[in-house]
Amino acid sequence: MTARLRIDPIACEAHGLCAELLPERIALDDWGYPIIDGRPVPDELLGLAKRAAAVCHTLALRLERD
Amino acid sequence: MSGPRRLLAGLGEGPLQDALGGPALIDRVIRSGLRGRGGGGFPTGRKLEAVARHRRPVVVANGCEGEPESAKDALLLARRPHLLIDGAVLAAGAVGAREALVCVSAANAAGAAAVRAALGERRDRVAVHLHAVPERYVASEESALARHLDGGPALPASGPRPYARGLLVQNVETLAHVALVARHGSRWFRELGTPGDPGSALVTVGGAVRRPGVFEIALGTPLPDLLVAAGPEDRVRAVLLGGYGGTWVPGDARLALTRHGASAALGAGVVCVLPERACGICETAAVLDYLAGESARQCGPCTFGLRAIAGRLTQLSHGRAPARTLGQLRRWAADVEGRGACRHPDGAVRLLRSALVTFAEEADRHERGECGHGSTVLRVPATRREAA
Repeated sequence: MTARLRIDPIACEAHGLCAELLPERIALDDWGYPIIDGRPVPDELLGLAKRAAAVCHTLALRLERD
Repeated sequence: MSGPRRLLAGLGEGPLQDALGGPALIDRVIRSGLRGRGGGGFPTGRKLEAVARHRRPVVVANGCEGEPESAKDALLLARRPHLLIDGAVLAAGAVGAREALVCVSAANAAGAAAVRAALGERRDRVAVHLHAVPERYVASEESALARHLDGGPALPASGPRPYARGLLVQNVETLAHVALVARHGSRWFRELGTPGDPGSALVTVGGAVRRPGVFEIALGTPLPDLLVAAGPEDRVRAVLLGGYGGTWVPGDARLALTRHGASAALGAGVVCVLPERACGICETAAVLDYLAGESARQCGPCTFGLRAIAGRLTQLSHGRAPARTLGQLRRWAADVEGRGACRHPDGAVRLLRSALVTFAEEADRHERGECGHGSTVLRVPATRREAA
């Protein structure tokens, strides 16, 4: 089972907490919006990825398993 | 070039009993290879198949035509309303829908009147209604239409695509072709066009030509043939293909006009001719400014990214851009792409990138501070939504 980070771009309000928690997978553009690395999240980052999704104020960031 | 006469010649008139209806039509449309004529070029048969699995499907005939340089759907609505309604009714029968909606821009009074009159002249087994949609570039995007039909604003949505919830959103030209395929068959349909993109298509030719207007072409027609038919006023510097979210190609490009497998796609069917005397950077700056203004302002990268790109490109067009502007524009294009709920930002940066290639010399000259001409060829509407 793999997990990937997904963002709902309409819900996102650029609080930027996700990029602080998980810079390995999330960068910010010039306007403060997250650029998500869509590749599967490796096991060692799963904990941080879960936290990043959990702290998202607008529930825009999700960790999806497929 | 004398184009084929299918959609524009009165082909397909007559009672619907002669047409193939019901689920069998889905298979025939799949075999015809028909692709959507709204821009994306998605295989129509596959969409019909997906929607048919839904419990209560609804057919949406999209005649909004948000693309400012396009006039083909307005022509079809005004001149062949019965044909596209036939297509909507037949598609409804194929997927098991009891209702079909014909969506027309609120700015297109003539199109709405033609559809209303046509609906008054016919009795169909499915209920067909006319639905007015606000005039706005992104309103004709299919998730925006779906949202508006639900009573919301005509703005794109994130989440599952409309076909996944049983909404068959098809461009009105696509449905007109469905009506012809139902009558004449898939083999007949494939007598024109390419194996990957069969049939004929409507294109709107504009810009510096002596005979602007809507042409019907066989898909795969070489661009030079269409240009000869439209009669360029001057040496052709470049051609805008697809629409404002499309691609600039050099005036001597020998590409085939198709929506599938081409380096530059026909998109919404726009072919706009830029003469030697005009400036491609200035035209592109005007379009990007318009597209930034037409952003639904829902997604950050589109709201702020397109505005930043348009601002910098406008400076460039005036010869007043800061150093390293071209590199900055390329970086922003990469940052914005694929990050909206809809493809609006992707189209905008596609146009930008093609401009930086096709007008590379002009871009360098502008970056050194030489001033351009302003936009003189494209009919870019005034941006209306900055304050909204």
